[in-house]
Formats: sequence, structure tokens, C-alpha cells
Amino acid sequence: MSTVAVEVVYRGIFQRTLARNIVRSIVFAARKEGKIGTAFGRYGDSPERNGIPAKQFAVVADDAEELEEVLARYEPTEVDVTINVDDTMCKGIESWAWYGLQPINQLTKPNGTLIVTSRQDADSLVEDIHQKDTPFDLSIIKSTVSFSGLWVYKDDHTDARILGTLCNVCPQLFSIDSMLQALDEQGNGETKLASAQKAYDVATIRTVEPGEGNSEVPYKFELLGWQTMEEGLVIRAQGKGGGFRGGDEGFQPDRNEVFKKYSTRSMRPVINFETCIKCTLCWLQCPDTCFDITPDGLYDANMESCCGCGVCEAVCPVPDCVTMVSEADFNDNSSQWEAWQEDKPSYQQWMTALVDKQKAETRTHGFHHVGGYTEEIAASEDA
Amino acid sequence: MTTTATNELFQTEKEELISGSEAIALACALADVDVITAYPIRPYDTVMQYVSKLKADGSFDCDFIVAESEHSQFEIVKHASSVGARTFTGSSGVGWFYAFEAITVTAGLRLPVVAMVGNRALDDPGAFGVEHNDALAVRDLGWMLYWVATAQEALDIALLAWRVAEDPTVFLPFAVSCDGSFLTHSQAIVNVPTSEQVNKFLPPYDRGKLQLHPDNPITIAPQVNEDWLMEMRRQSDEAMHRSVGVIKKAYEEFKEIFGRGDPSPFVEEYMTEDADIIIVGMGTLALPVRVAVRRFQEAGRKIGFVRVKFFRPFPTEELQEILTKCKAVCVVDRDYSYGAPSYGGVLFTELRSALYPMEKRPLMLNFIAGLGGREVHVTDVNDMVDIVQKAIETGIIEQEATWIGVRDN
Repeated sequence: MSTVAVEVVYRGIFQRTLARNIVRSIVFAARKEGKIGTAFGRYGDSPERNGIPAKQFAVVADDAEELEEVLARYEPTEVDVTINVDDTMCKGIESWAWYGLQPINQLTKPNGTLIVTSRQDADSLVEDIHQKDTPFDLSIIKSTVSFSGLWVYKDDHTDARILGTLCNVCPQLFSIDSMLQALDEQGNGETKLASAQKAYDVATIRTVEPGEGNSEVPYKFELLGWQTMEEGLVIRAQGKGGGFRGGDEGFQPDRNEVFKKYSTRSMRPVINFETCIKCTLCWLQCPDTCFDITPDGLYDANMESCCGCGVCEAVCPVPDCVTMVSEADFNDNSSQWEAWQEDKPSYQQWMTALVDKQKAETRTHGFHHVGGYTEEIAASEDA
Repeated sequence: MTTTATNELFQTEKEELISGSEAIALACALADVDVITAYPIRPYDTVMQYVSKLKADGSFDCDFIVAESEHSQFEIVKHASSVGARTFTGSSGVGWFYAFEAITVTAGLRLPVVAMVGNRALDDPGAFGVEHNDALAVRDLGWMLYWVATAQEALDIALLAWRVAEDPTVFLPFAVSCDGSFLTHSQAIVNVPTSEQVNKFLPPYDRGKLQLHPDNPITIAPQVNEDWLMEMRRQSDEAMHRSVGVIKKAYEEFKEIFGRGDPSPFVEEYMTEDADIIIVGMGTLALPVRVAVRRFQEAGRKIGFVRVKFFRPFPTEELQEILTKCKAVCVVDRDYSYGAPSYGGVLFTELRSALYPMEKRPLMLNFIAGLGGREVHVTDVNDMVDIVQKAIETGIIEQEATWIGVRDN
């Protein structure tokens, strides 16, 4: 018996078509070798929300009965390969389908493979990825993370490169020739096939040993049962909140104890408290009430609530006062204002370096990307 | 009378990687449906999305009307059907309920509308996962009701649906029920037949002298009192009786033309021979149950499974014959019926009623499971079988209906 399961972890809406192309191509390629397969998105994740981590699966088997064995659980309990198409999710994911943080490699089988598209190096990613009791292989596809919208698809060959890499790291699935044939039949051009072949040729792995990686225990919540749950579908509201950190000055709203937005973000705002003019716009416009008002009347983005949408950056009238920066540059969710209070020169240095790096990398996220097409088209026409 | 066109898309048999919803959309194109109405609600909306795509791509020509509500959606196909158009529509959960007035009159007027119900939990709370209560709500109204288990079956049964519904001796609407998510959002390999095969199986819809047309001046749906109504109800009852024979004949022809299908159109038997316990359920529940049954059989335990495919007309005789051979029946309901006899589910209550006249009656236990799209795992099936096994050994049923997979804290 041989069944192979592959999951694609992606950011809802922004990477949906990418994930769908990958799982469907896996089934098509398997079909070339006489195998049977199925491709599906996890219903619990849908309807997808912008940027919220979601999953799609491809399961391939030798025959229908074997396939049924795997699908007796709708969502596979373990997968041979996990494909993560946004490296910031290496820190773990919380989707619509469950409460609490799930390590990116939670379903990856012992000696399975985690494929990540990233510009980071292996050591930097391993630092984010939660430890496992068993070894697994990490395969990095050097690439800018591919984002697009719900109705548009940025065909930057990320799908082809992932599929080529997959053929290399998981040879029991199918040959690269079958994959190229499947891609060809789906109407992909020669350059895309070449991208798949090249990714296959250059793919490398780095084994991650047991105990190596992020030692954080992922947060989780106990779900109520029918005897402890409130009747009548009632959910108690959050309290109004009070002074900043429980003091008399400033303000911070009470926040939900079982719903945190850490893994929703692929970027987060960093704030230059020294140029802030206290106009209140970020605080007013933030759809998630994420800004705490500090005793000195500044606005501190609280990472428990920030979903990374970038509205604060868009409405801020002061240049570079709020800048969206890749989530990959952070290892915790601590307060920026507190860091600034503690050591202002160091904070300014750290913050300026991050902002400069962001400008150099031009990392985008879906929200930015939706509005970014006009500029991109203009740029390409100029060139 | 409409003609059936040969669609260029379906010249040769081919494989597609599609969901159950997409399979039904292809069936619409194959059957050259004339009027399709839509109103978005998930998981049903996956059908309308694919129909729109086929139409936009120029692969399928039909009147595709996106109505302003489910009520209008079902009213439009009802009227279209009365003038002789082949029709398709569908909905899910409370959307289906919003159309309820139109749904009852469609059956009352003997109009062969085919609808897809993407099974979804009824609000509140708003939930997207599968429960069978939405489709089951029409069980008393004259709708034929079928639960499919695979994307392939979805395509096949949609074709069967028009064939049976539009048979002049039947003229009743037909609902194809598909478990939300498991069928509507999973893509499987489906064999798509040719137009030629479908045309051979499915004659054009001919409403004959019941067709509303200027050349055939008639009035439909007058107001009546007690002096007329009971006879009309009796006619619908008889039509449902007649549908049984029509289904059997159509299914035999289906198997001949398309080369696939089960022995019976009404139920699917799986390892029921000499079984001590037979599990009964509907829809995609078949997947984990079949796996569990295989494992029991490998371990030498005589456990079988029957999937009820047609819920209306209810396969009474088939089930009486199969189920009276075993010691105990384990009915899994993906629905609820608060305050029903023994607090059991709908399928359980119907089955127990079907078996009451039998001389040899098996023990019957009921399990409410998989509500709101919760998965029914192989381990859940094992738990049910354990409870049933205990009842066989002691001869005592401690509790007739048990909720499985619910958090009890």
C-alpha cells in the first residue's frame, strides 16, 4: 500500500489560486502514472479571509480503496510533504478551522519534508519552526513570497518551482517527467516547464534534527462542552477596558482571551514614536482596535490584536512614522512603546534599520498587492 | 417540447478533476438544461459558480438567471418547468427554507424541477457544515430525495433525476442531496460521458397536454376546497408509488449505456452477507463507515453497511429484506429531530417504522453524529458498534438514541 499526502499551507485569498494550482497539478501528475487522487481545501477555513492561514491537500494512492483509507479522515492526520508558501507562517498558524497555534510542521511525517518559499536561510527559518521529536527535511525555494488577489493570479512560476522541487524531495510521488507532462497538458508554456525542471535540478534539503528549532510551547485553548457552554447561543461581550497596563493614564481595551491574531499577520507595523503627531488616525481606523493609548498619548500597536492589514500605515500622514515590516523580522510580540521607553537610542536604531531593510526588499503582502498592480504595470511598461 | 443539443464539449468520454458540485454543473450541460436559476449560499453556490463558468466560456447555452432571493429562484424554475423547459436549481440550509413556499407548490403542481441541495446546518448558529435536516424537511411534500456519496455519483444521479422526474407517469420534482464540504468542496476524478450517451438515456422533456402554452390554453393551480384537494393529494401519492418502477427501469438502462452503477438504485450494500450488525447511513458517511467495516471484517467480525440512497421514495422492501437478516441495526443519523420517538433521528424513526410489520425484527439503535460538518471518524464507528454489540449480548437497549462525538463536559 502506498499513499502519499501533501498539504499546502497558504494565506487565505492572497494565495488561494497558487495553492489550488499546486494540489490539482499533483493529482494530474499522479494520474499520468495510473494512480488515483483527490484535491481539496479544508472547508473549516472557508470562506477564506484575507491573509488568514488556510490549507489545501492532495492525496494520491494506487487505487480507490487505498485512497478511501486515507480519506476516512477528511483532513489527513499526517502528510509526507508540507508546502508552506509564506515563510512567515514558519512561526506557526492559527486558522479558522481550530483554536490555538499549530506548528507549521505538525502534520509532517517523521522524515517527511517541509518545503518553504523564502529568501531567508535555513538557520533563520529553523529558529522559527517548532521542534519535533522526529527528524524532517527542510527544502527552501529561494523566492520572494508570491501574493496575489482573489480574482487575479500573479503567474510568477512559484507553483511550477514548488512542483519541480516536490518531484525531487518526494520521488515516491511521481517522476519529474510525469509532472512536466501534466503541466504541459494544463496549458502551461515552455518557460514554466523549464522553471519546474530547474527547480527539480537544484533542489536541496537540510535535515532538521529532533529537538532542533523553536522550543516555544504553542498556545492552545480548551473548548467548552454542551454542559458548560452558555445556552441560547450567547457570547459575553469583552469589557470596555481601562488605563494602559492597568494604570490610571492612557487606555487599552479588554481583549479576547481565546482569539489572538499572531499568525494572521505576514507583516506588522513598526512605529516611530518620535515623529508621531498624535493625530489619532491609526487608532481610529484600525479595524481590530489594536492600538493601546500610552500614558504620554502615543499609540502602541498591540500584537495580540493586529492582523497586519496595513491600514495604519496607509492613513498615517507622517512619512515613515508607521511602516509595515515583514513578520519574519520578529521573534516575539512585545510592546514597541515599552522598548522605546526603556532605551530610546537603541529603539530608534533598530526601528530605522528595519524600515530601511523593508524599503530595500519591497516585501509586499496581499493587502498591498491588491492596490499594487497599477504601479507594477507602469514600472514594467517603463522598462 | 424542447430538443436536446449535442454539446461539442462532450464528444468523447473524458476524465475531469472536479467536485460533486462541478459534476452536477456538467450534468446540466450534458442534459442541455434550458433554465437554471441561482442565488448564492454556500455550499450550494459551488454549482452556480461552475455553471456561470461553463456559460461564460461558451461551453453551455442556457438561460441562467440569478434571482434576488431563493424564493424567486425556485418560483422561476417552477414556471419555466410548466411551459416545458428543462430546469435546474438548488440551495442550502436556510436558503432552501426561504424558498419553502415555492418548493411545496412545485411538488403540488407536479413540476419536474431538479434541485441540488448542498446539505448545510440550519441557522442559528450560522454554520457551513453538513447536516441533513435541510433536505429532509421536504420529505412529506412529493419531492424525490436522493443522497449521493461521490462526485461521480452526483453527475450520474443528476442525469437520472431528469429522466425520472420528467417521466409523464411521475412528474415530481427531484432533489439531489450532496453533503456540504465532503462533496461540494473536494475534487475527485470523474468520468464525464459523451453527449451521445446522455441523449440516448435522456429523452427531451415533453410536458404534453399539461404544458402551459397559447396553443394549449389551460389554467394551472386553481383555488380548491375540501371537495377537490384530497383527490389531488391522492394523485401525487400514486405518482410517488409509480416512481419506484420508473427508477428501476431507468437505472437498468443507465447501467447499460454508461457501464457503471450498483445492483440497486435505492440502496448500496457493503459486506452485509451474514452480518450480525448492519450500520445504516446516508451520503459521504459511507467513507469512514466502509473503512471501519473492512477492518471489522478483517478481524473476523460480521459487520456490514447499507447506504440508503433514495430517501423518497423510501426503499421499504429492500431494507426490510436486508435488515431482518441481521441481529441488530445501527442507524447513523446526520440529522436531529428534537422530541421525536425515543429522541431519535429522522432516518432511525423511518427505518423503525419500516421494520415494524416484520415478523423477525432486529434490535435497533440510533446514533446522532457528524452534525454541523463534524467528522465521523473510524473510531466513532467503532464506538457505535461496541454499544450495539453490548445490546446484542445482554438483550437490553440502555438508550435508543446516543449522541456520538459530542463534547460531554
